[in-house]
Amino acid sequence: MTLRERFQETRAKASDGFKGGKLMSSIFRPGSPFRKGYVDSPRNRSYVVMNNVLYHLHPVKVKRHGVRLSYTLCLGGLSFFLFIVLTITGIWLMFYFRPTELAYVDIQNLQTTIAFGSLVRNMHRWGAHLMVLVVFLHMSRVFYHGAYKAPREFNWVIGVILLLLTLLLSFTGYLLPWDQLAIWAVTVGGNMAGYVPVVGAQVKFGLFAGLEATTATLLRFYVLHVLFFPFIIVIFMAVHFWRVRKDGGISGPL
Amino acid sequence: MVDIPEHLLQRSAEARAKALGISIEQAIAEMKGQSDPTVISKEPEVKIIDETPPPAAETPAKPADAPPPPAKTITPLKEEHSTETTEKVAEVKIEEKIPAAETPAPAAETPAPAAETPAPAAPEEVDFAPEVKVTQRLLTVVKAKPIQKPVKEPIDKVNTWPHLMLPEFVALMAMTAFLIFLSAILQAPLLEEANPNVTPNPAKAPWYFLGLQEMLSYWDPQIAGVMIPTVVGLILWMAFPYIDRNPETHPSKRKFAIMFYTFFLAGAGTLTIIGVLFRGPGWNWVYPWIDGIWFDDLLDWIHFE
Ligand code: HEM
Repeated sequence: MTLRERFQETRAKASDGFKGGKLMSSIFRPGSPFRKGYVDSPRNRSYVVMNNVLYHLHPVKVKRHGVRLSYTLCLGGLSFFLFIVLTITGIWLMFYFRPTELAYVDIQNLQTTIAFGSLVRNMHRWGAHLMVLVVFLHMSRVFYHGAYKAPREFNWVIGVILLLLTLLLSFTGYLLPWDQLAIWAVTVGGNMAGYVPVVGAQVKFGLFAGLEATTATLLRFYVLHVLFFPFIIVIFMAVHFWRVRKDGGISGPL
Repeated sequence: MVDIPEHLLQRSAEARAKALGISIEQAIAEMKGQSDPTVISKEPEVKIIDETPPPAAETPAKPADAPPPPAKTITPLKEEHSTETTEKVAEVKIEEKIPAAETPAPAAETPAPAAETPAPAAPEEVDFAPEVKVTQRLLTVVKAKPIQKPVKEPIDKVNTWPHLMLPEFVALMAMTAFLIFLSAILQAPLLEEANPNVTPNPAKAPWYFLGLQEMLSYWDPQIAGVMIPTVVGLILWMAFPYIDRNPETHPSKRKFAIMFYTFFLAGAGTLTIIGVLFRGPGWNWVYPWIDGIWFDDLLDWIHFE
């Protein structure tokens, strides 16, 4: 037996013992590729989905035409994924940011003195723009497929709410760097809200926590941005995904 | 073991007897452990990786002196203790019935163990948790009936793993790579500190509101002419599936809807692009390649000089 063979055998044994061991078996449920003895069988393919809490978002089987990339372009999934990326980078940014007069200085420090600060800030910002775009494209995909028709009418309603929440998240985040771009973009946007019929003035006052953008607005937007809207959007996303499945999976084929 | 009510035992024994083709008394005895379980020759589902052709093909079958194959109890019950009950019952139902019909055949063909050809190592049943013994038995076979009646014919389906999850994973990785690349080469803008007393000219909203801002610039005196349609439009947009009663999904049968949305897209896109690129100080028309970019988020993106 050559040294190489002996090495390979030892490695195979170790890997087998590890994969078949108590620890791995306790972490990974039956059917997991990380368990000893995984073979590619129809049953195990089902278990991969059924026995994992995260993959369980999916049904065990999906329509054949639905997995063609050209059908959904994965746009809904990517909207969700961008939301996850934004959550992770956003939490990281929260460590270095105070929604007060110090906000601007905090962002400056983040960019200049903190490792990866600039990169993570850029990812959060461009990711946010990208999410608005991707959600919009997802909506267009759904429209062109007529995927909002019975029995999916209500999921469209939820979708429009998700679009609205995505815009609100992006808009409230826009103010946080507290630079000239932030405050004036939000002032212009907030003034538009003032033109809403009947309750415009009230909406604007509630949005700005006053008559114009101040640090009170900053705090308000911050809380909405990091807590309130994410909380609400997660609930609506849960309903959205649930309805996709309950309405019989992806629509089509055309 | 838990005491099982007699009538349930009876019913289950009947099912077992029917499935295995044995008498009810025999089934009861087996279930109570008073007699060895009926042998069913059944290859476990594990694929044979060994390339040696099965010996049955080479060795002539000797039905006369072939000893019965080593006793194997019905395995599916034992194999995965953790699946949902319904699935298990459904599987057991299928797998038990088929071998029952074929039992004599494979037994007859099994070669004597002493035959020259070494039998390939029997594919191993993987016992995931050897210390856990079988604690349940088949009580009864319930016919699998869906709770909801399927309205349509069965559809062509594929396993989510790997056919959906793999492409999803690739899309996710590609998006991550793209975002990191973008963030590495483009710096997010950070202008001077906020100052309510210095109004920049022009003051622009985020890009997704710029189409709206552009519209407001046309109808400024009659603001109601823009905002009311916007708010009403949003509500109508939500109600859209209830307004569009055409059940067809094929583009050729919903030309109006497709046209409507395409016009909306073109309009919104044009207004947004005008707002982003072609509006400068005083909201006057500018050409970005002559007068420069008047949209700070794009400052780092495009250079015309
Ligand atoms: C945060 C935003 C959103 C997320 C994360 C999201 C996620 C998803 C996902 C993952 C799917 C599965 C199919 C696919 O990937 O296309 C889906 C389907 C769907 N979405 Fe969304 N979505 C969002 C916004 C919207 C919007 C704005 C609309 C419409 C106004 C919408 C309407 C629908 C409908 C009707 C379906 C069913 C499509 C079909 O069966 O073909 N969603 N969504």
